[in-house]
Amino acid sequence: MDNREVILDIQDLHARFHTQDGVVHAVNGITYQVHAGETLGIVGESGCGKSVSMLSVMDLLAKPPAEVQAEAILFKGEDLQHFSQAEMRKVRGSNMTMIFQDPMTSLNPVLTVGFQIKEPLKLHLGMSDEEATKRAAELLELVNIPEAENRLSDFPHQFSGGMRQRAMVAIALACNPTLLIADEPTTALDVTIQAQLVELVKGIQAKLGMALIWITHDLGVVAGLAERVIVMYAGFVVEDAQIDELYGNPLHPYTLALLKSLPRLDQRKEEALATIEGLPPSLLERPQSCPFEPRCEFAKPKCKESNPLLEAVGPDHKIACWVDIKTGELR
Amino acid sequence: MAENNSLVRVEKLVKHFPITQGVIIQRQVGAVKAVDGISFDIKHGETLGLVGESGCGKSTTGRTILQLHEPTAGKVYYDGEDLTTMGESDLRRLRREMQIIFQDPYASLNPRMTIGDIIGEPLDIHKIGTAKERLERVQELLNLVRLNPFFIKRYPHEFSGGQRQRIGVARALALNPNFIVCDEPISALDVSVQAQVVNLLEELQEKFDLTYLFIAHDLSMVRHISDRIAVMYLGKLVELADKDELFYNKMHPYAIALLSAVPIPDPVKERQRKRIILEGDVPSPAKPPSGCRFHTRCPIAQDICKVEDPPFEEKTPGHWVACHFTKKAQEEML
Repeated sequence: MDNREVILDIQDLHARFHTQDGVVHAVNGITYQVHAGETLGIVGESGCGKSVSMLSVMDLLAKPPAEVQAEAILFKGEDLQHFSQAEMRKVRGSNMTMIFQDPMTSLNPVLTVGFQIKEPLKLHLGMSDEEATKRAAELLELVNIPEAENRLSDFPHQFSGGMRQRAMVAIALACNPTLLIADEPTTALDVTIQAQLVELVKGIQAKLGMALIWITHDLGVVAGLAERVIVMYAGFVVEDAQIDELYGNPLHPYTLALLKSLPRLDQRKEEALATIEGLPPSLLERPQSCPFEPRCEFAKPKCKESNPLLEAVGPDHKIACWVDIKTGELR
Repeated sequence: MAENNSLVRVEKLVKHFPITQGVIIQRQVGAVKAVDGISFDIKHGETLGLVGESGCGKSTTGRTILQLHEPTAGKVYYDGEDLTTMGESDLRRLRREMQIIFQDPYASLNPRMTIGDIIGEPLDIHKIGTAKERLERVQELLNLVRLNPFFIKRYPHEFSGGQRQRIGVARALALNPNFIVCDEPISALDVSVQAQVVNLLEELQEKFDLTYLFIAHDLSMVRHISDRIAVMYLGKLVELADKDELFYNKMHPYAIALLSAVPIPDPVKERQRKRIILEGDVPSPAKPPSGCRFHTRCPIAQDICKVEDPPFEEKTPGHWVACHFTKKAQEEML
């Protein structure tokens, strides 16, 4: 068990979108904790609710169409649901920050990079322009941008994709956050640039000690980065385990199938890749069954009748499944 | 490099895109050197993987081979015939045998056409069969890619990404081609769906004796599907070898760094691996560096690399590399 202080405690979080086609159930009651200094990976395919759950926590969804409900969203012991807009704004960008997938659209193209790094420094820390400029140059240096001082007056289009994402990291780190949320930050980047960014964030985390949530669909990136991994499917957490446990001893059929369907650079091809037949379910309906049941090779009649809850099956290992995949029988 | 069993042979292929200035009177002020003199062959029935980072010219290579871009210089031979000097009508005849599957299954299917029309269009263009025969062929193709023939009257938006990519595959197969350029066919798809499409491509290859040029940036998938792999950097080939040879005996510093950067879904291995982090970004193909194009980021670059472009040579049988210091690279980087 992790003895570190719990800094983010999400309990039974739901997020829905009211659309013309009906209600989209994007997140359907997820519960997990993040500890101080921990690196948590959240893995899942598109539409599994991994980004929406974080946007709900940050209160960044437009309501309507979105609707967020939770028993509690505790950040350092305080429930964010009771925060006013003004209070939320103080948390966002200072204590809890986020970097997004696309560095091209998350920076403002008509403002200089320097301006955008200085903004949180002035707003949250009350720095003067001079102090902020000095600190902004330090931050750019921290994220390995050469000639940092001169680059402050550059506009985002003068930066390459990798540099833009590093500038985003600099903005996110400006106020020494307790928690940094990275939402697929390397998806738009090439593999050598991805490696640069991962090493950079790892190094900074070791130096500054903030907690990190890394959202991705890539089980490879998470393997070299996270301490603990949460696997999501159709708005549910289906597995939550320590990193070595998750890769070495996956217990949810979806996690197992996902790992088997990946080709690996370090392995010779032996046979065809294992596939997960079918498609993820539509989020417009909320059936009583387990959401993975139609695609699951271990499915039993019980899986059709009710959806399993996330339960501990070992120390630091939880799954939401009725079946013991080792025996193929109900647990 | 010429071998009897090669189906496609590329010789010193060059594709430059002009950069122009001025609105009414346009003049050329430079060129994006997307592909800058590459040579390789694709053997009958094999899958050649072509990897590299964005902007390295791998898609342009695929399209130039098919004459979808007119090459600036160089030759492309298909089954011994030179495509670059061929007339339109001859080219059209050969195009039946060469097809392409595009990256984005959302953009490559016309949203106003039913999938029956999309898959049948190549048959219409080449005036093959009667209407009834064409319909039967489309149904057969849908079965082949495991889509229900009942869907024939539906439109692309009614399908998921993986299903759309199968429609793209069915269209490519309509004319019974020999050679298919797969231009990043799975990079827009979800992980669990990628394996479905890759398995389908492999199965079809076996069934119809297809030859693939598989373009991708996902090296794990390329290793899975390819027989040989070519690595490209800024418009040039830097290494070409049998896939196992490339993984166990890589020689070019860029290939070594690229492979070390690919994450492996295994936390224990990830902690033990030696990772080479390249400094900086890929330079612009409009102003490629002098000498060896990789020298600006190469951890073992020497003075000669700035001046002299290393030739693309066969170091051991079937293993081609363009580097002055392959020994040093293997000693210091592996």
